[in-house]
Amino acid sequence: MEEEIKTTCLHDRHVDLGALMSPFAGYDMPIQYKGITEEHNAVRQEVGVFDVSHMGEVRVKGPEAEKFVNHIFVNDVTGAPDGQIFYGMMCLENGGTVDDLLVYKVNDNEFFLVINASNIDKDVAWIMKNAEGFDVQIADESLYYGEVAIQGPKAEETVEKVLGIPVADIKFYNFNVLHLDGEDVIVSRTGYTGEDGFEVYASHDFTRKVWDKLMEAGVQPCGLGCRDTLRFEVGLPLYGDELTEEISPIEASLSMFVKLDKPEFVGKEALARQKAEGVKRRIVGLELEGNAIPRHGYPVEMNGEQIGEITTGYRSISTGRSVAMAMINKPYDKLGTEVEVRIRKKTFPAKVVKKRFYDKSYKK
Amino acid sequence: MSTVKDDLRYAESHEWVKLEGDIATVGISDYAQHALGDIVYVDMPEVGDEVEAGEVFGAVESVKAASDLLSPVSGTVEAVNEILEDAPESINADAYENWIMKVKVSDPAELEALLDAAAYAKLCENE
Repeated sequence: MEEEIKTTCLHDRHVDLGALMSPFAGYDMPIQYKGITEEHNAVRQEVGVFDVSHMGEVRVKGPEAEKFVNHIFVNDVTGAPDGQIFYGMMCLENGGTVDDLLVYKVNDNEFFLVINASNIDKDVAWIMKNAEGFDVQIADESLYYGEVAIQGPKAEETVEKVLGIPVADIKFYNFNVLHLDGEDVIVSRTGYTGEDGFEVYASHDFTRKVWDKLMEAGVQPCGLGCRDTLRFEVGLPLYGDELTEEISPIEASLSMFVKLDKPEFVGKEALARQKAEGVKRRIVGLELEGNAIPRHGYPVEMNGEQIGEITTGYRSISTGRSVAMAMINKPYDKLGTEVEVRIRKKTFPAKVVKKRFYDKSYKK
Repeated sequence: MSTVKDDLRYAESHEWVKLEGDIATVGISDYAQHALGDIVYVDMPEVGDEVEAGEVFGAVESVKAASDLLSPVSGTVEAVNEILEDAPESINADAYENWIMKVKVSDPAELEALLDAAAYAKLCENE
């Protein structure tokens, strides 16, 4: 069955700006306005704004909200201060990843979950199913919220001056709820670019006002094209590439977010076993010799045998190097291991490197 | 709007070809470079390679994706445009000036099967 394509509350703005539009996660989204390279550089060097209204938002409320979030989430929110944000995953019993998400702690009885657009229906069903027996209410607020991400070294200055929203005091991975124009607006110091930045969650009306003010001030609109190149360069995973229901956070080299000292959570047993016994394969970084570009799905080989595959690859815009994240069988995942990447008919030498190709510059 | 040059023939897969004697110069159209966006790599054949009409002879890559290049003619590669090795973005600047390969054609009649400028312009309009 073909589903009708959805649009965000900023869709008409993208079309008016002449953006190259393409379906992503069921939404007609801007891939680029001027060009991926220019938009990428704007975020690395100054500031850019993304429409990320397609993202999903789920609110968990109730006396057992904290206990329930800890049940479905691999990171540990126990006793966290209000206003703190956690990154982590929801996992299946077998350790495979349902989704990666941000969890905003509003207070002990209320958490706000930000999930991937492509997984909204699946996640909500999964959350609901796992909520049985917990004293919580779950609300899918995805259709209410618009979201923009303002990212780059000048993000703080831009949000304060152009939007008039005070954010200098918000720490990295923290948020404030502000009462603006008669509604609650969530502003967090988060993003998906490796740069300092903010994400603003509000009604569609407020989101349009935010976008229009930023456009009037000349802030560069940025599409999903450079969102991917930016997150990739700093080694952040994308669900569907580095994380899937077949890939656990341990295999994705994200075990630092999996808190095995928690009493229980869905998937704990499997993930603890993977960590203790080791996994058979792991996401690593690769750097290629030469100019050929590795892409998702290309085979990684050693002595003519396939030992893995590329999950994301680019010519890094910030460094000019051909680099990739790849799922590689052990023991070939060790730093410095020399492998080959098959690109069309030829193979190209590559080396296992750290999967951070460009240093993050968060303001902590 | 993208430009279509009158004196060239075009493949439906957006390559252009210009025949002079038995040498065909091949590139991608302005429409194609525009649709691809910033070009960061051109995977070119080697001089002496045999290419066949309708078959892959290389790829042109934007930041986002790789697109196969299909040869509009059959023959032997006589030259590749070495400028593209260091400056693939030249194609974005001028897709007709910056050719990709020159082929010594084995069957000049193959060009008859390609689109003329008017037909190609119409194809682009409908895409």
